[in-house]
Amino acid sequence: MNLDRWSPIILSLVTFIPLVGALLLILLPRRDRDIRVFSLVVSLLTFVLSLHLPAHFHRAQAGFQYEIDTPWIPTPNIHYHLGADGISMWLVVLTTFLTPLCVLISWNSIQERVKEFFILLLVLETAMIGVFVALDLFLFYFFWEATLIPMALLIGMYGHGRKVYAAVKFFMYTMIASVFMLSAILWLYAKVDTFDFVTIQNAIRGGQVANFAGAAQWLFLGFFIAFAVKVPLFPFHTWLPDAHVEAPTAGSVLLAGVLLKMGTYGMLRFNLGLFPEQARANAWWVMVLALIGIIYGALVALVQPNMKKLIAYSSISHLGFVILGIFSFTEAGLDGATFVMLAHGISTGGLFMLAGILYERRHTYEISEFGGLASSMPVYAAFFLFVVLASVGLPLLNGFVGEFLVLSGAFQARAVYGILGATGVIWSAGYLLWLYQRVFFGKITHAVNEGLPDLDLRERVALWPAAAVALVMGVAPLLWLNAIDPAVHAALAPFEKLASRLVGP
Amino acid sequence: MTQILPQGVEYIRILPEIVLSLFGMTIMLLEPLVDERSSRKLLGLLALIGSAAAIAATVYQSQYAGVGFWGMVKVDSFSTFFHFVVTAITAVVILTSYEYLEVQRIRAGEYYALILFGAVGMCLMSSAVELVMIFIALEISSISTYVLAGFRRRAAISSESSLKYFLLGSFATAFFLYGVALMFGATGSTSIAVISHALRSSPVSALAYVGIALMFVGLGFKVAAAPFHVWTPDVYEGAPAPVVGFMSTAPKAAVFAVLLRVMFEANAPGRVWLIWVAAALSMTLGNVGALVQQNIKRLLAYSSIAHAGYLLVAFAALPANGIPAAMFYTASYAAMNVGAFAVVSHFAGAGERRVTLDDYAGLGRRSPLLAAMLSIVLLSLIGIPMTGGFFAKFYVFSAALQANLIGLTIIGLLNSAVGAYYYLRIIVMIYMRESREEAPLAPLSASLGAALAISVATTLYLGILPGQVLEYASRSAAELLR
Repeated sequence: MNLDRWSPIILSLVTFIPLVGALLLILLPRRDRDIRVFSLVVSLLTFVLSLHLPAHFHRAQAGFQYEIDTPWIPTPNIHYHLGADGISMWLVVLTTFLTPLCVLISWNSIQERVKEFFILLLVLETAMIGVFVALDLFLFYFFWEATLIPMALLIGMYGHGRKVYAAVKFFMYTMIASVFMLSAILWLYAKVDTFDFVTIQNAIRGGQVANFAGAAQWLFLGFFIAFAVKVPLFPFHTWLPDAHVEAPTAGSVLLAGVLLKMGTYGMLRFNLGLFPEQARANAWWVMVLALIGIIYGALVALVQPNMKKLIAYSSISHLGFVILGIFSFTEAGLDGATFVMLAHGISTGGLFMLAGILYERRHTYEISEFGGLASSMPVYAAFFLFVVLASVGLPLLNGFVGEFLVLSGAFQARAVYGILGATGVIWSAGYLLWLYQRVFFGKITHAVNEGLPDLDLRERVALWPAAAVALVMGVAPLLWLNAIDPAVHAALAPFEKLASRLVGP
Repeated sequence: MTQILPQGVEYIRILPEIVLSLFGMTIMLLEPLVDERSSRKLLGLLALIGSAAAIAATVYQSQYAGVGFWGMVKVDSFSTFFHFVVTAITAVVILTSYEYLEVQRIRAGEYYALILFGAVGMCLMSSAVELVMIFIALEISSISTYVLAGFRRRAAISSESSLKYFLLGSFATAFFLYGVALMFGATGSTSIAVISHALRSSPVSALAYVGIALMFVGLGFKVAAAPFHVWTPDVYEGAPAPVVGFMSTAPKAAVFAVLLRVMFEANAPGRVWLIWVAAALSMTLGNVGALVQQNIKRLLAYSSIAHAGYLLVAFAALPANGIPAAMFYTASYAAMNVGAFAVVSHFAGAGERRVTLDDYAGLGRRSPLLAAMLSIVLLSLIGIPMTGGFFAKFYVFSAALQANLIGLTIIGLLNSAVGAYYYLRIIVMIYMRESREEAPLAPLSASLGAALAISVATTLYLGILPGQVLEYASRSAAELLR
């Protein structure tokens, strides 16, 4: 069977199957087990379908593939335009990969309002995939906002502690920031009369946008603020620890694994794609903020008494690397940034799953409550060590490749960026290994921890794929990079022209 | 020789009004025949049939576009649009009231008649093209709503609401009338077409500016635009919940239709700045006021002030974009607000006891369906994609940007972000707080379920496929401007 004929509709299928699943869930009776199985089937189906993307991707080719472009609303001129390049394709696969794991990890931990939980999870999946494949600015904004509600509800309904505060904070931060992006999008529409990303890009490059020179800096900032809050870039990060600590495990996994990447993806696609000159002009302070984020995030992570908060701050640090890579405007930097996005999704997703497993047993995230777990839960300890090492950036595991590329890109941009960024690698080894030592080594200090059951089959099934992918990504990064690289090339094309114009003939 | 009697076709041009009046009068005649203690369900059914007949009449009427009754009313696609909005709201509100009146033990058929009479006035407002006619229509609609606001006779707060609305409302209508008089002085006519011609052909006199300003005071009061909004929270708090759903949407839609005709068709001078100030004030005062409310009816009252502000932004834009944006906004605001008040009136219970935000705690557990419906309309009020509220705001603000109103757009967008907070508070209450009482809720009655289903479906329809409605609105705008 020629699978290529699926190509025009594959993105629509991958995007909307979770939503259809959610709608069917509404009709299903409230039998919790059936609901869980059904959600698992839907998310696995989505994952399998999404594998079509890398399997039939024309790797050497830049530009968008699997495109579909049909008019949706005549006035304003909104198109249903989806497409994926090497960067967004992998982010889609990351999303579809993590969602079934989230279903598995929530199997027992969610006991109340199960139906609503899985409906929200599947709706969230559709919205997240939509963000990565939308090529119409309006459609992009549509999905961007649509991720907000299911996530806020997941945190607020199924979280712990100050969950309502965390949910509202998350919602308001993102909502207010995206207002600026909406204004920028509306401004562009008023001038170009289309929301189509490619058309707008060409219009800007061709200098056909009236008053663009005066507005460009504001437009750049409008997009940038929305993305910076999502990433989150220092100093917009304060919502993240709250949201993570209070969120249910699946919420944390998707928040760290996918939602944060929506911000960096947005910077790469829109800030660089539409406003290359402004990106270059503003790069210095963005780099400085990214470096502050790397170091500050790591230092704060070091002193956290709460395991989940520690992982949350480590995300701020790791995402700093991504921004550092993006704004280095080098091929290595952008390749690395994209790779870190994927690697961080896997390894931090894994860390949150592991923390969640511990929480199910002990109902606490306090590091001081544990110690010596290696003897009572050996398999768990092994998984934890593996994921920690992946996250630290041990060579041959996924974290290393991305960080190495980012740092070499940062060095090419300016040596001091590379040097300061490299300290982040050391810090991350520090806080993660110290965490590991305190939780797993030594004597068991609390009697409760003695009888903790090790991982059961379901939990192993949820963790194995993440661990396996972390290894494969570290050993054979080219499988990913050979699709990413052409897209990065295309993204950097305007900068080469720009650079030569700046440097002179 | 001028004709003395109107021709047959001219009666078709006021057919929906005739239908509504006939049904209203029939209800009034039947009312004394019904036993005092029995329910008025039958009369309600009659009113529902009446509004359905009015919708049919509107559709039929749309084939007979043109002017009637010596240039007093005009049927065009613009008036058809607003007729449809008003009559649809009427039908849904009647469906909502059905259960409400039973629960509150209000046994008076006049209630339904008054809603129909109010609808007559509102329909007439949207098709009137002559200022005196507009004034009469405004009065028909206002007097009905004054009475309706006081329908919870046993509650003092309801009488207070009615009296306040009546006194301030009559005062505002006087302003409007005064404005009409000055306009007549400035242009020598009360016909919008003639005024438009006069204002275009000769330099605009100061009298015309004052006239427009005074008319705006009167109309601004009716749509609860700042700084004429102070009455809104008190009146909404006291009036019966379905009536609030009615008077926060239908008369507003009609008055916005009048404003569109006055501002754009009559080519009013000094429009942009008048609107700019009122819009910015309404959005800001409405949203800030809503932040601190504990009573859901007061909260929705402030929210309606804010929404009047967003809507007014469209009036400052260029006519070609502004008119369709305003029309779309009216329709989608009607859908979501009627839905919200349908939930409020169901949940309030006998004597409207449950109207504070705390009462809504745990609604998501007690009634998932009701909670989901309310959440959808609230998300639409926030302006989240996939709901009518999103496109409504979207069209308004992109129209404003096309007119280079960058300042007003930014004020509006920031306001809508602030506004998200208080709607979110309700959603937080519904899903994230535990309820204090676990008594099961009264089951949804079929009529209320239908009302909710219609408003939620419309909200989603406008959010997913807004094209058709917007296209219709654009066409009628073009017709209006010709």
